[in-house]
Amino acid sequence: MQFTLSPEEQAFHAEVRHFLDEHLDEGLRLAGRRCSGIFSEFEPGQRWHATLARRGWSVPQWPVAFGGTGWTPMQHYLFASALYAADAPPRAPMGPGMVAPVIMAFGTPEQQQRWLPGIRDGTDYWCQGYSEPQSGSDLASLQCKAVRGVDSAGEHYLLNGSKIWTTHAHHANKMFCLVRTSREGKAQQGISFLCFDFHLSGITVRPIPSISGDHELNQVFFDDVRVPASGLIGEENQGWTIAKYLLQHERGGAWAPMLRARWRRLHRALATAFPGAAADSGEADDLRLQLAEAHCRIDALQALELRTLRAQARGEPPGINPSIGKVLGTELKQHLTELHVQIAGGDALMRPPLDEAEAHALRVTEDGVFAMSSYLNDRAASLYAGTNEVQRNLVAAHLLR
Amino acid sequence: MNLDSTDDTRVQLRDSLARYLADHEGLAGLPLWRGLARELGLIGAALPESAGGLGGGFAEHLPILQTLGEAMAAEPYLSSAVIAAGLLQRAHTLQASALLPRLIDGDVLIAWAHDEPGLRDDPAAVATTLQREGAAWRLSGRKRAVQAGPVATHFIATARSAGRAGDAAGLDLVLVAADAPGITRRDLTALDGRAASELNFAQVPVPDEARLCAEGQAHAAITRTLDEAALAVCAEALGVMQRLQRDTIAHARERQQFGVPLASFQVLQHRIADMHIAREQAEALTWAVVDAIHAAPAERALAVSAAKVAVGRALRCVGQGAVQIHGAMGITEELAVGRLFRRATQIELMFGSTAQHLRRITRLQRSSVV
Repeated sequence: MQFTLSPEEQAFHAEVRHFLDEHLDEGLRLAGRRCSGIFSEFEPGQRWHATLARRGWSVPQWPVAFGGTGWTPMQHYLFASALYAADAPPRAPMGPGMVAPVIMAFGTPEQQQRWLPGIRDGTDYWCQGYSEPQSGSDLASLQCKAVRGVDSAGEHYLLNGSKIWTTHAHHANKMFCLVRTSREGKAQQGISFLCFDFHLSGITVRPIPSISGDHELNQVFFDDVRVPASGLIGEENQGWTIAKYLLQHERGGAWAPMLRARWRRLHRALATAFPGAAADSGEADDLRLQLAEAHCRIDALQALELRTLRAQARGEPPGINPSIGKVLGTELKQHLTELHVQIAGGDALMRPPLDEAEAHALRVTEDGVFAMSSYLNDRAASLYAGTNEVQRNLVAAHLLR
Repeated sequence: MNLDSTDDTRVQLRDSLARYLADHEGLAGLPLWRGLARELGLIGAALPESAGGLGGGFAEHLPILQTLGEAMAAEPYLSSAVIAAGLLQRAHTLQASALLPRLIDGDVLIAWAHDEPGLRDDPAAVATTLQREGAAWRLSGRKRAVQAGPVATHFIATARSAGRAGDAAGLDLVLVAADAPGITRRDLTALDGRAASELNFAQVPVPDEARLCAEGQAHAAITRTLDEAALAVCAEALGVMQRLQRDTIAHARERQQFGVPLASFQVLQHRIADMHIAREQAEALTWAVVDAIHAAPAERALAVSAAKVAVGRALRCVGQGAVQIHGAMGITEELAVGRLFRRATQIELMFGSTAQHLRRITRLQRSSVV
């Protein structure tokens, strides 16, 4: 779908692309192209974040008072589209997109001062402590225990238990965490939201390799970890409200810019996979038809996202839109990975590390390896941030309430 | 940009139309057309002020059709105010300029006679012929499923005056009076329960000034009209789906089985969620592409086809889901849901099916840089 851009928007788009030409170097673009998971490898991601921070664009969606840009919804959309189109490494959302909105909405001015600058400039890297081995979709059943106490160092919470599926915990220096501070009343009423330094003593991280062969996930163990009470966000036992607020942000945002860039990649992959007369084969024709259908689905999602963004800019509450967007965005992403594997065909069957795929006389196409790696990685998409079954429950509850 | 349906004047327009339709339930054909023209002054909402319209432009058709769709009353507005009036506006002939104000007043009602037995989605395959006879022409051929045909005062027909089937050149658009000699009309009930006509043109005399385009050069105008019509039925479909979803949710809440409402079953909850999600996307995309109707042909085609595909998918999801959740009552004539489902199915096939629009997208994407 083509945009009808105003002259100001055209100028903005040109400014962003000019910036990318100047500052998005080949190493970063390569990291972007090789990113088969949700977000980029740690080092290039950090380097890119710092580059954007120097331009004042690392946290564009934040309020201006905290270092955001004050852009219109269309500017945000154009910015995201330009970055994906240029293969910029997708950045980890745990800091800028997840905990930061919580700190802004529920944190004290002192907490905002303590944590937001590090997120903005990228010196801090956060991880998320939500799921537990026994608490997946039923998140409110979480058991990781925090007991308030006082010692010579002051007030603290003594933390014991475990968190799981903690993406990039092995790179993080900060964590936000849902903990159980009370067993009174309903399960939701005894939860608190804590932020703390991830290097505290008593924290251990166990890597969990995924089926794609990547190491992104971890399990985190807390063994008598003393978390300063100044890391409590909001009131004690108010954590569930905060948790849901964060999830709205985790699920929200726009998927279409990324999907559009991926679709173009598939479109190019198809042309490469079926050169010359093969382009007229029945298989190529079937795949083109499937790509056309995916194109329509991306158009539809993009239209929906832009409508939601404009409503948000008018001050309307997001309602059930984050859940709808999450379902559509993740399922479409998964669908594209399936199509990519079909396009790659036999090239997707070998599994060398991406950067070694073509570095041999008996080369394997990097695109084929990437296709399979994304397919495997993106099985996570319908699970994270609340399974798509849970999202459909939420949509139905909204409609049938 | 016409980005959504929340604009105040549109809400007003839609409200007054919805009230009128509720007060005149079941109104159809000529009485509906006259009512829209004379009581609501609505026929010209999207049409130029120079012809007595309100100058709203194409986008103004969308909220009107959405509202008409909810009441299953899209015709004759769709055929006459959207398709025919669009062609008359762009024809720049004396006859067209004279007819447009009368159409806006409700005097004239023009049906679109394009589809033919054997015709698929390529307008260049039209077999109806236009043969020169001195300074005038003769129109011969068969047209099928002409919506609003039974109540039309005129038809706009597609025909070939030169070249062979498949050639873009040699196509024409002509305006003929419904009572012109040589026209045989057979009125049948269409899938949605409304009357539509099969037409036979046998050497129908056509004066030269009744041609709406330069001789043999109507292909671009026909293609544009088919795109406008496709987007217009998308808007109608939004109304149809809104009502299907509303009725389904009400039913799921009220109907009890196993001692609990249907709405308490997760398998039905998820189906209702998917119906809603499909409908929301269709609505957003239909509105998002409306400006592309004025774009260059390839861009317009890509935008309209994407919308028609999204709407086609949604119609199937919402329509079939609504019938299933209503149980056996959903397949009877007794509830609106059955009739809405038939109209939904009809819209899926009108002005290009999902499969035809997908094919068109692949052709456009193969031949251009995307």
